[in-house]
Amino acid sequence: MDHQQDYVLRTVEERRARLVRLWFTDVLGQLKSVAISPVELEAAFEEGVQFDGSAIDGFSRVQESDVLAFPDPNSFQLMPARDGEEVTARIFCDITRLDGAPFEGDPRQVLKRNLAAASEAGFQFMCAPEVEFFYLASDDPRDPQPLDSASYFDLTTYDETSDIRRRTIQRLEGSGIPVEYSFHEDAPSQHEIDLRYADALTMADDVMALRMIVREVAMASGVHATFMPKPFEGVQGSGMHTHLSLWSGDDNAFHDPDDAVGLSATARSFIAGLLVHAGELTAVTNQLVNSYKRLVSGFEAPVHISWARNNRSALVRVPVPKKGKEDQGTRLEYRALDPACNPYLAFSVLLAAGLAGIRHGYELPEETTVNLFESGVDAPADLGRRLPANLAEALDAMERSELVREALGEHIFEWFLRNKRAEWGAYRTHVSSFELNRYLRTW
Amino acid sequence: MQPLLVWPDPAPPDVARVLDLAGLPWRAVADEAAARDGVWSGAVVAADEDPERGFAMARTLRRGDLAVAPLLLVVRGTQLADLDGRHDTFDDFCLAPAHPTELEARVRHLLAAEPGLALEPDVVQYEALVLNLETYQAAIDGTPLDLTYMEYELLKFLASNPGRVFTREILLSRVWGYEYYGGARTVDVHIRRLRAKLGEEHAGLIQTVRSVGYKFGESRWGS
Repeated sequence: MDHQQDYVLRTVEERRARLVRLWFTDVLGQLKSVAISPVELEAAFEEGVQFDGSAIDGFSRVQESDVLAFPDPNSFQLMPARDGEEVTARIFCDITRLDGAPFEGDPRQVLKRNLAAASEAGFQFMCAPEVEFFYLASDDPRDPQPLDSASYFDLTTYDETSDIRRRTIQRLEGSGIPVEYSFHEDAPSQHEIDLRYADALTMADDVMALRMIVREVAMASGVHATFMPKPFEGVQGSGMHTHLSLWSGDDNAFHDPDDAVGLSATARSFIAGLLVHAGELTAVTNQLVNSYKRLVSGFEAPVHISWARNNRSALVRVPVPKKGKEDQGTRLEYRALDPACNPYLAFSVLLAAGLAGIRHGYELPEETTVNLFESGVDAPADLGRRLPANLAEALDAMERSELVREALGEHIFEWFLRNKRAEWGAYRTHVSSFELNRYLRTW
Repeated sequence: MQPLLVWPDPAPPDVARVLDLAGLPWRAVADEAAARDGVWSGAVVAADEDPERGFAMARTLRRGDLAVAPLLLVVRGTQLADLDGRHDTFDDFCLAPAHPTELEARVRHLLAAEPGLALEPDVVQYEALVLNLETYQAAIDGTPLDLTYMEYELLKFLASNPGRVFTREILLSRVWGYEYYGGARTVDVHIRRLRAKLGEEHAGLIQTVRSVGYKFGESRWGS
């Protein structure tokens, strides 16, 4: 048995964990869990834990529905015990078929495959997301109430969300998820937590854990936290701007000290790759009907496919690194992502698009200098292409994309399109309050 | 582990420094009476300054009723002839001034050859931090730290070498080993995670040494 497994088994024993939660993620990005007793853990490392995947979104196959979950000892984490509770542990799993081959429906395996391709090209892929979300008074969809919107005199409720956020950050840090910044966002009751960068696999695991922890801590205070991209009309939605960088060993592959603005040829091609394929991969980075209500002008979300240095209205922004930290700090920020994405799949398609840019030496267009937030709907034609306007457009673009098909693999690609077409279909036939209010009396 | 006996008292600074950095417990003794007042896992006798008394001390320590073993003798090159006929009083010797690496290696080698003597400590301690190497558990101020395997290994390595500055490359090769192809950024990520878990109060135990790497705490010897 290897040292890591031994470490995990000893720790579970020493800390008397009563339960080990085996975590994995379905195609839509929902966290799934199988709990086992600590005594089963050793066997789980050796033989995997068999379960029927047919009930899990994107796992179902016609002929074979049984799959194996193999815990990844690297991702083992004790859950910080709260007063009076028993210690539990969580560990992310890789899903395989019964013959041991990676299961095509497992998003974590998809990301691993894409990271292996990057590693073969000599790159390590690092991500740092900025996760936005809202705290609501309840999870009742008929009446979403922000907690701190009543008025700014309402110090009690304002303090409550700050306190919840503080406890959330303690939980995150205690689980080894370092938080870079956290603050109250623009909209009422909207908060943001920025994570310190890590390799994409660790970060995708962390985003899954973060969504869970944010919700749990909120729930303990009787509050509902939502990562829905646009819960309220008229105020900003929740995004997940993600900072991306490629590293070759100790060197930042995006940095070139001899370039006028410090950007390497690799960085330029990577950005070009993102821009060329942005339309095709948006269905993955913004997977809900609701996602597209965030991607509109006027709310600091990107609409046009463009890049710029330090211009927050572009789809790809290249932040100016701190002085003296250019070699470490050079990175780019992809601003379309929202926190309701499946991070494994979203990081996969972004990486694949960037690598395609490097492989084929895509030319980077001129950067955008106008503020696209102000240019409104009637933007000049030379601003170029726009992101898909709704889920249907995004799915059409995705369906034509060889790049996304290859990055996700046939199984997930097909399943995702089928599932999302159904979601769009259900939405298309829905009669909304907008229509009733506007048309019922007039016509 | 029982302490090493060191003669003379006060101990020669270079010997004390090597033993401290190696994390080996030791105590200086001035004479036979002081030597009788302890249980020893071995001895380092520095006979280079005062060979007459040094050789006498070595012989005393090897007498049947004391029988301190193993014993490392430190002598000058000009005294090598004096070792003739004294081989029963020491197990190994090294020449003064001894290179710290040689002195440490010889002490470790002697101790490792001793049956039933566990050279590796089973606890690493630094201020409020305690790592139990037997059970893989780490605690700070008595509160257990929930570490991943690599975080534990990294902390163990750093805490076992307080005050030493390590580059990312050295940490990668010593802690991760060759099986890992990740790259030096991995070290930064894990350091940041360790600091998060150590908590605000203790995060400063791991210091960033600008454009070099990382350092844990202060040397037991002072820097």
